[in-house]
Amino acid sequence: MQSLLASVRLTIVTMAICVAGYAALIWAIGQVFTPETAGASLLRSDDGTIIGSRQIAQNFTEPRYFWPRPSAVDYNAAAAGGSNKSPVSADLRKRAGEIVARYGATADTPLPPELAAASGAGLDPHISEHAARYQARRVAEARGIPVAAVEKHIAEGSFSPGWFLTPDRLVNVLELNLALDRMAATGQ
Amino acid sequence: MPIYSILFVAIIVGGTALVSWPLGRYMKWAMDPDYPQSGAAGQFTRIFRFIGGRLTEPSQSWKAYVLSLLAFNLVMFVVSFVILALQQHLPLNPDAKGAIDGSLIYNTAASFATNTDLQHYSGEVSLSYLSQLGALMWLQFVSAATGIAALSALARGLAGRGGMGNFFMDMQRASFLVLLPIATVVAVLALVGGVPMTFEGSVVATTLEGAEQIIARGPVAAFLAIKQLGTNGGGFFGPNSAHPLENPNFWTNALSMIAIILIPMACVWMFGRIVGRVRHAAVIFGVMVFLVLARIAGAVAFESVPTEAFAGLPIERNVGNLEGKEMRFGATSGPTWAVLTTSTSNGSVNAMHDSLNPLTGLMPMIGMWLNEDFGGVGVGMINMFLYIIVGVFIAGMMIGRTPEYLGWRLESREVKLAILALLAHGLFTLGGTAVFAATPWGVDTLNNFGPHGFSEMLYEFSSASANNGSGFEGLGDNTVPWNIATGTVMLLARFISIILPLAIVGSLMAKRRQAESAGTLGVEDGTFAGMLLATILVVGALTFFPAATLGPIAEHLVYM
Repeated sequence: MQSLLASVRLTIVTMAICVAGYAALIWAIGQVFTPETAGASLLRSDDGTIIGSRQIAQNFTEPRYFWPRPSAVDYNAAAAGGSNKSPVSADLRKRAGEIVARYGATADTPLPPELAAASGAGLDPHISEHAARYQARRVAEARGIPVAAVEKHIAEGSFSPGWFLTPDRLVNVLELNLALDRMAATGQ
Repeated sequence: MPIYSILFVAIIVGGTALVSWPLGRYMKWAMDPDYPQSGAAGQFTRIFRFIGGRLTEPSQSWKAYVLSLLAFNLVMFVVSFVILALQQHLPLNPDAKGAIDGSLIYNTAASFATNTDLQHYSGEVSLSYLSQLGALMWLQFVSAATGIAALSALARGLAGRGGMGNFFMDMQRASFLVLLPIATVVAVLALVGGVPMTFEGSVVATTLEGAEQIIARGPVAAFLAIKQLGTNGGGFFGPNSAHPLENPNFWTNALSMIAIILIPMACVWMFGRIVGRVRHAAVIFGVMVFLVLARIAGAVAFESVPTEAFAGLPIERNVGNLEGKEMRFGATSGPTWAVLTTSTSNGSVNAMHDSLNPLTGLMPMIGMWLNEDFGGVGVGMINMFLYIIVGVFIAGMMIGRTPEYLGWRLESREVKLAILALLAHGLFTLGGTAVFAATPWGVDTLNNFGPHGFSEMLYEFSSASANNGSGFEGLGDNTVPWNIATGTVMLLARFISIILPLAIVGSLMAKRRQAESAGTLGVEDGTFAGMLLATILVVGALTFFPAATLGPIAEHLVYM
């Protein structure tokens, strides 16, 4: 009984310090020093409506946009998840076959694998620079602009996620598409 | 293995091992200050006595220590159960989350109270911010503190102090002096890395193509830090650290991996310093590092094989399996994390384990079956203590001497208790899997067929019994049978593997400690390391090998 009373005392103190005090401190530091990412890196259009989050993939199906990796949850950012299929699964093969058809990939122009493989959360905002270049011709044709202009945007947007520890460069699909739209709007 | 992969693993494991050395020294000071206590140590002791009341004063016997631990853990379970059950009526619920089903509340409270963090729900779908912070993040602090406290008590007993220390004191020392300061540092680094920390609810975005996308967010940074540091592993979001808001980039990923293994590593040094045998701790540390690196090498190699389902399609075959993985972490990080998170009973994931190649998926399972390198905070070293007892006993039998450990004579009572604790893990894992594999309870909940479906069930019970918390998440595990069965396994496995080792030490303490002589089997040399390794592999691995052949090994042989 005495042990239970002591336990309740410790519960109150640990709740006050390790939950309330700690969470409030981290929240306050975020508000002061990293307010933008602390609010989930939201992107807004010129009239202030929220377009999405820089960190979260959204669905693109039109040819004039770069397409992200497939999502097992249809890009639902309120209930994220992966396919959780075995890598030998026939379901994965069927899904990959549909994607290959959509991209029109052939044995001579094989698809970069991340465009056929769903990410863990279904919200991966990135594809490799290689997978972006793979889509450049389609995007350029749909927009009626030279491929070189699209590739210039890819090069400008690409980055190395872990410097010398990650050889592949990535691009953020939403930011790349946004940059193309803004270019079209300003006519540059 | 490419050079950047080796470099990455070396930096994460080697770098953290270096940092664990001074941290172990600090944890010895924090958990077990030298007597007489002067300066800061003495002031903290006075503050903790004031908070906890006069029950914090006596040094306890093993029974009194265990009873105090159980009392506090009972309160932990009840308080978090009540918060979860009432979340729809409580504040900090901007997205108006509703009531949760009773069996899921039982499972979740048991899961977080036992430092497991098996999750049969998705945080962003089901839980309010108060449930996430007030119930779950609180348990992530105090359940980790419980483990560190138990290891401190065990070490004090082995050091021959005559008492095990005081649980209510140790609880506060571990919470306020060890976990809280380190969590604050990691949470601030996570903020800098771009992890959200907001109490505002989800936002509705209008995508470039004009569709509606609801984006869940929340106070993630604070949660993330203690989730990793306390070997808890329960994610704020459903996909855990694969979610871009819980792990936005390569650097937060590296930070998380370091945080996963940091305190489990430091616990070994703390143990060595309390028992006064740092060289012994170094030998144990070496055995643990060897087992971890062996599994990482296996996992990275197996996972470099491209997705088998895409074979024959016009898809490039020049990179490894990417199903269930994120691009921003790099190729090595998925399998490496899978090994680290299951080595340490953490259970957070940055890739979907269900979609790992079959033999890659075996590596995390082996980690959970052994559960001692480095194991959960505190309890990992306690599990290793069980293997040491068995190993020393077998070695003693082989050379015909009375087995001794640190001068304590091991007799049948201690060895029986150690074997019982080790066998309980096998029984819960294999027994549970057998029952669910034979009934609709398990069979009707699978996301994959054949051996992979069996692996899903085997993984779930391994995870519950090892208090790990990761999963082959395709399993539809939010059912009443899964919730009750795994919830109960988590509770039994957690407290058996704390109570029995403390009982062993209590039994040793009742004896006269022998002076170590030239005839005593050394615990600081390569022979001991080899003996310990052999014990772990024979006792630990062979228990589970037959089950492995039915799951991942069968899948590899048939389909790869």
